[in-house]
Amino acid sequence: MKKNEMTYMESVHRYGRIWGIAVGVVLLLFPFLLSLIFRTAPNFSVLWKGILATAPMYWAVGIVEIFTYVPMLGAGGTYLSFVTGNISNLKLPCAIDAMERAGVKASDEEGEVISTISIAVSSIVTTLIIAIGVICIVPLTPVLESPVLEPAFDMILPALFGGLAVVFISKNLKLSIAPILLMLALFIFVPALNASTVGIMVPVGVLFTVAVARILYKKGVL
Amino acid sequence: MEFNVNHPILYIVVGAIIALVLGQSVFFLLRAMKRAKELGISNDTLKKTISSAAIFTVAPAVAVLVGVVALSKSLGVALPWLRLSVIGSITYETVAAGNALEAAGMGAGTTVTDPSVFITIAWVMTVGIAAGLILVPFVTKKLQSGLSQVGMKDKKWGEIFNNAMFLGMISAFLGYVFCDVGLVVKGDTSGLIPVCVMAVSAVVMAICGLIATKAKIRWLTDYALPLSLVIGMASAIPFTALLGG
Repeated sequence: MKKNEMTYMESVHRYGRIWGIAVGVVLLLFPFLLSLIFRTAPNFSVLWKGILATAPMYWAVGIVEIFTYVPMLGAGGTYLSFVTGNISNLKLPCAIDAMERAGVKASDEEGEVISTISIAVSSIVTTLIIAIGVICIVPLTPVLESPVLEPAFDMILPALFGGLAVVFISKNLKLSIAPILLMLALFIFVPALNASTVGIMVPVGVLFTVAVARILYKKGVL
Repeated sequence: MEFNVNHPILYIVVGAIIALVLGQSVFFLLRAMKRAKELGISNDTLKKTISSAAIFTVAPAVAVLVGVVALSKSLGVALPWLRLSVIGSITYETVAAGNALEAAGMGAGTTVTDPSVFITIAWVMTVGIAAGLILVPFVTKKLQSGLSQVGMKDKKWGEIFNNAMFLGMISAFLGYVFCDVGLVVKGDTSGLIPVCVMAVSAVVMAICGLIATKAKIRWLTDYALPLSLVIGMASAIPFTALLGG
């Protein structure tokens, strides 16, 4: 059994790497391919400006995200999520909910498997919905852009984390007080913290909560 | 080839890449299902995991589709279709495309007609988020095997550690929900909208939990998260009308 367990995890890493590198190469080759098809080079001064405005922030967030999300997503979930994207607003809440209901932990093999299944299903469903949407884009555009529905799509994160918070706070009441107070104070009183910087605050919240948990655990409170 | 943001060849290339990405998800799904059966995870648990993941995904996926529609005005449908089906997120792709359009001296909403500008935008959107894509295949194994030691030595701490990570992430997003409440003192109540939406979603979740345990309706817990998500999102419509957006 022990040997078998090793084999599955090893194989997840092996296939995860193969797929990750293959898809990564294809995605990076896509703009090259566009140049070949249309026989045009990119405009390098615009390219440089655009990358300078985008990459420093998102590369920093991306690197921090790997360290924060790998332990929560498990290996298979990580290999899939970092290719299919929308992690914090879709894949991770989906995996957390699935593991919670199945009563498994991300660090166990059971959690690994449940997380991978939920993220794979979520990725497949997302891809299919977007594909159907693209096919039916003409009739769907007025509905998706209707000003009546706009606020609902804007408020997806609060609607998502409200529900998720109830589940985890009710289970870990003592542990949740300090991180929630810290984050409320930071976000209310530091104007620089908003929708685009919340990604940076996730690892801060995680490290702080783990530290608090360690102290409370050592003191025998948890 | 004559360039056009909606050229058929773009759909063919993008469709092929998306099929490859879909293939990866199917591959991992099948392997994980096989392993789940070997580990003795019940069919019932697997079915519920699959169906609730699928249902939960619908609303956020439609929100992603809204992003495709918004970007399609300047970039056509094919490029946003690819970009929003892989890596990134709605917020990232919109910001990256906006930065690239701005660098090219174009406003959002004007259709790109110059192939060179289009290719440049595709480059910016690809490179701007590539960190995770490039690093994950090389660092995940090391990171994960290091972390799995945590739960090995002390089982109880392993569990607390796991919950602490999730709580830490949730607390950051809860903080974010309150980021604009300070505007209320200036008379702008729109900062309260996300707070109200979060409260509605939390109440729906709490009610689902209570009913599920008191009346022993198990299926309700399986769909409580999508339910609280959709009702919370719907409540944003009256709250925005009331508090101003």
